[in-house]
Amino acid sequence: MTSAIEVKGLRKAYGHHEVLHGLDLDVPVGEVFALLGPNGAGKTTTVEILEGYRRRDGGEVRVLGTDPGRADRAFRARIGIVLQSAAVYPTLSVDEILRLFAGYYERRRDPDEVVRLVGLEAKRGARVRTLSGGQLRRLDLGLALVGDPELVFLDEPTTGFDPAARRRAWETIRGLRALGKTVVLTTHYLEEAHELADRLAILRDGRIVATGSPQELLDGQGSVEIRYRDDGREVSLTTEEPTRVLHDLTAAALAAGRELEGLEVRRRSLEDVYLDLTREDEGDA
Amino acid sequence: MIRLFLHELRAQQLLFWRSREAAFFTFLLPIVFLLLLGSVYGDEEIDGINGSTYLLAGLLGYGVVATAFAGLAISLVLRRESGVLKRVRGTPLPTPVYLGAVIASTLVVIAANAVAQLLVARFVLDSRWPAALGGLALALLLGALVFAALGIALTGAIRSAEGSSALVNAIYLPLTFISGVFFSVETLPGFLQAIADVSPLTYLLDLIRSLVLEGGGSTEDVLVLAAWGLAGLVIALRVFRWEPREA
Repeated sequence: MTSAIEVKGLRKAYGHHEVLHGLDLDVPVGEVFALLGPNGAGKTTTVEILEGYRRRDGGEVRVLGTDPGRADRAFRARIGIVLQSAAVYPTLSVDEILRLFAGYYERRRDPDEVVRLVGLEAKRGARVRTLSGGQLRRLDLGLALVGDPELVFLDEPTTGFDPAARRRAWETIRGLRALGKTVVLTTHYLEEAHELADRLAILRDGRIVATGSPQELLDGQGSVEIRYRDDGREVSLTTEEPTRVLHDLTAAALAAGRELEGLEVRRRSLEDVYLDLTREDEGDA
Repeated sequence: MIRLFLHELRAQQLLFWRSREAAFFTFLLPIVFLLLLGSVYGDEEIDGINGSTYLLAGLLGYGVVATAFAGLAISLVLRRESGVLKRVRGTPLPTPVYLGAVIASTLVVIAANAVAQLLVARFVLDSRWPAALGGLALALLLGALVFAALGIALTGAIRSAEGSSALVNAIYLPLTFISGVFFSVETLPGFLQAIADVSPLTYLLDLIRSLVLEGGGSTEDVLVLAAWGLAGLVIALRVFRWEPREA
């Protein structure tokens, strides 16, 4: 399968402070790829280098076969961008701004269709400044799609959405995959990554600490967690072999005539894996 | 490319006329000033010139500075700081087409403003018709380009949307007084006259005045304006940014 994005050894520094320390990424065409990580991990910097907004200080980057450091018109016509925060002209209507941006592209989607796609039919005549935060975010998505891009970047597309609006946005993003688009999204929401992403990468302090499908990440990290209290002390174990570990524990407790207080066995969630991988103090690793 | 330019120019015009503050301060205010001051001082002499004609020349220049310098600088800073420019940058719209349309849009406003002022001066204030209309149009075009370059250069010195109006107004409003929009600079104290001697607006007004009165303009005026424009362009190309400064 051909790659939409290939990154090898990507480095970036702001002044003397290096924020990306040699990133490798490979996103095949048609994949929904999620970039996760705490604030300051380098998600937006990475995405903005791929979009052609920022220069890199080292490494190889190919996006749709082009070096985004030399982004030209042809390149920008093939990508759609939802920035983390960027205003639009507040005095234009939804319809007017979509038609304005549609005019920038030679190959474009019908603005009427885009309005429906992002669910703003009822607001098409409304001035941008009267829209709610969620409606603005949907307009952002519409503006990213109006040029019918092959590759869509979504930087925290659902931050600030209520649960219903988030579900709707997910449907739209799944719709993009159905159309064969490649999607790169950054998010804080583990659930979102789990729902949408074919594969994801977890970024921490400018390094990728894990990458794979959601299932692969769960498998690789000890997929079952066992908790109990020992003399009032919380004990937590993660294991790939819950049967054996549980057997040993209960056997030992029975032999000693003790109860495993608060015994709990549960599957680890993506969130557990994420929190483990991005924990600030790694001293106990 | 021309289709794209006209597409963007249309949008920029829509944006200008929908922004009531911009439309009032840059389009309507010079006309209001001309009407008010012309009715009061129109029949007196300023600098040996009929008052209405003096004010007409001054306020034509005022319209250029208010639109191409102040209005352009403020709106570019607001768009930069709010992220509009960054978003435009992410589309295939070429930079020269975007900035060209933004500047052309100010030219349209200046032209409409000048026509309105000429009609008011001629038919309300009984001032004379300019001696060289074509030359006047060229002088306004030159002035608009020079002040647009200076306005874009100024955006580099402004750090925030909040500060943009204050800083721009602090520069261009005093300049209009010092450069002789409303009254003769002969009456100003020496240090203000020294500023007037280098202010590009002084030379634009002198050029406009001689074109309105005599039908000719001085080469010196054109050269000083061109020098300011060139300096503005060099700085503008260096300092223009699509995004807010990194925090």
